[in-house]
Amino acid sequence: MKTQTANKKEVAVKKQRISGSEAVVRSLIAEGVDILYGYPGGAIMPVYDELYKFQDKIHHVLTRHEQGAAHAAQGYARISGKVGVAMATSGPGATNLITGIADAQIDSTPLVCITGQVFSHLLGSDAFQETDIVGISTPVTKWNCQVTKAEDIPGAIAKAFYIAKSGRPGPVLVDITKDAQVADLDFEYKKCTGIRSYNPVPKTSQESVNAAAELINNAKKPMIVWGQGVILGKAEVELKAVIEKAGIPAAWTILGASAIPTSHPLNIGMVGMHGNYAPNKLTNECDVLIAIGMRFDDRVTGRLDAYAKQAKIIHFDIDPAEIDKNVKTDVAVLGDSKESLAMLFDALNKNSHDSWLQEFKDLYAIEFEQVINGDLNPTKEGLTMGEVLKQINIESEGKAAIVSDVGQHQMIACRYAEFNQSKSNITSGGLGTMGFGLPAAIGAKMAAPEREVVAIIGDGGYQMNIQELGTIFQQKAAVKIVVLNNEFLGMVRQWQQLFFDKRYASTEMTNPNFVAIAEGYYIKARKVTKRDELAEAVKEMMASKESYFLEVRVEKEDNVFPMIPSGASVSDVRLS
Amino acid sequence: MKEDIKSFTISVYTENNIGLLNRISAIFQRRHINIESLTTSQSEIDGVNRFVIVVNICEDNASKIVKQIEKQVETIRAYYHTEEETIFTESCMFKIKSDLLFNEPQIQNIIKESNTTIVTVNKEFFVLEKSGRRNEIESLRRDLNVFGIMQFVRSGRIAITKDQMKITELLSAFDNQ
Repeated sequence: MKTQTANKKEVAVKKQRISGSEAVVRSLIAEGVDILYGYPGGAIMPVYDELYKFQDKIHHVLTRHEQGAAHAAQGYARISGKVGVAMATSGPGATNLITGIADAQIDSTPLVCITGQVFSHLLGSDAFQETDIVGISTPVTKWNCQVTKAEDIPGAIAKAFYIAKSGRPGPVLVDITKDAQVADLDFEYKKCTGIRSYNPVPKTSQESVNAAAELINNAKKPMIVWGQGVILGKAEVELKAVIEKAGIPAAWTILGASAIPTSHPLNIGMVGMHGNYAPNKLTNECDVLIAIGMRFDDRVTGRLDAYAKQAKIIHFDIDPAEIDKNVKTDVAVLGDSKESLAMLFDALNKNSHDSWLQEFKDLYAIEFEQVINGDLNPTKEGLTMGEVLKQINIESEGKAAIVSDVGQHQMIACRYAEFNQSKSNITSGGLGTMGFGLPAAIGAKMAAPEREVVAIIGDGGYQMNIQELGTIFQQKAAVKIVVLNNEFLGMVRQWQQLFFDKRYASTEMTNPNFVAIAEGYYIKARKVTKRDELAEAVKEMMASKESYFLEVRVEKEDNVFPMIPSGASVSDVRLS
Repeated sequence: MKEDIKSFTISVYTENNIGLLNRISAIFQRRHINIESLTTSQSEIDGVNRFVIVVNICEDNASKIVKQIEKQVETIRAYYHTEEETIFTESCMFKIKSDLLFNEPQIQNIIKESNTTIVTVNKEFFVLEKSGRRNEIESLRRDLNVFGIMQFVRSGRIAITKDQMKITELLSAFDNQ
């Protein structure tokens, strides 16, 4: 393993003769890991034995399913900016991590997954619980490796952490055979500080920044769309400074949410399939489109050949492979967003674009009247998802971290949650993983116990990882769980209504008594079916010091609007 | 506007690592790009491997593919070149019944004219080897096929680029950081 090592003084520690499994735990501690999520089994038992001995230094959280462990580690990483760690045994333990790993890969979440593997002499023999997890995880990891010798463990883990968190973050997997866990090695931990074949942060060129600034300084109708790259690059302050100096209306992708407060006057809302009307519509009116740390996902762009064709495109990204991948750029600015945005700030003229900003406000007024008002202040009998979010905003004052699952409730949560603090919107964006919300909320709450963490989940996704209520109970994780129950797989049902002539194939759900299930796990629980109970119930939930489950029966067949139909242009965004 | 499909030679310098072939081939597989040929070998630098991959795609895709390959942690650098920008060759071997060599004088002429090498001759068979462009190898195969070929095998393309790739400089820059 060729890794560049930290300077000699730092690592001059006496070598100790220890087992490979102890080396795993000591390596994790050396990387500053305080919490990890996992599930034991045969091929990883030696490591669990060491975790038992080191439990004063490192807290292992037993989830109820390995998928829960992977998502919890993601939630931990997303709220803290640190590397999340998940552990599982070989075979099914390892394959159960895969959905979380794939989710972390597409959402650029730093994750280190450690899996046990059968003895190296059994590799390839179809041994009990043997699976080629390195082969299986290759397309969904940033990097992976298999360790068959004890002495390679510290180096592999050091490399894993370095790769997971550097540059564009992502998941890595280290598969360790059982013989490597039980054999001894001379332990010495050196943090990895560089790999010769890997250039995680391309240098930002001043010429590219100047070219971008020139386009922006001459623009009449500039528009920013920022993504998670701003949060991952810790560039919230720099982005805000750029927006304010040049007076540019700025919209966000689902994963970029919360980097700039919702209430900021230049924050014009969410782009994409269920984003706000104005930023979608005006994407095809702006003269310069500045994309920052986002990847022009198809859910953001709609039909590509009708996306911002009139505009000059500037793309800031840390990953060169994103440049020109979906949308051809006029100016590409590579590098770390914190640095490149600071350089851009210096090159920008002070400016304002009041009449252009007014166009966004005018379209917002239309959206408010036709969609938002009905969602937040409904007059019909059935409860809306939007009014639940509104109550949560009132109680949290925009300080809560909102963890959502996938579907209608997710779009509603992202549209209506008010954010005053970065890293507050934790959701499965790229992969769209139902079942993400509940375990991710556990990880988020444990990483940031001082923060209020509210999981907003649909009745479908909730039941995909409902077993993690056991983890919440055992860990006393004070997660607030809101299930918006419409007794449907709502987003699929909405598509069936709009595009499949209301043939509701396998989307209607006959649900159990959710309150009784939560109470079975000794979690305080309440169900709301009427509007006049809602405010008080949300208040009670938010005031609770412990975990709390709130089921809200919402209108069964409500739809999420605005909507860009699949394959349509952003300017064809529909309000009904 | 559809771009022209052309033959591109993709050169990839990598660490010598188990699993990397899998990672690289998956990049093509995911995008339904058929690999015309793939060879991997030691490069001019000790411990550094070189992949030579030939694909028929448009330049836009070649550029995207190369970026995806470069994104892999253990890829040092990747490049794409047109045929005009490389010097390339393939090699092939033929196994043919020995009596034909003596009974069919035409075969000896074919061997001479095509600059083909006789690798070995024994009682039962003889083996020919030739390096060259695909059309030369194909024409040789057609000529010999008339007499009967016991076995034929052709390698993937190997290619040297006309311009520099500066991998050594890249690696020493890292070492001096």
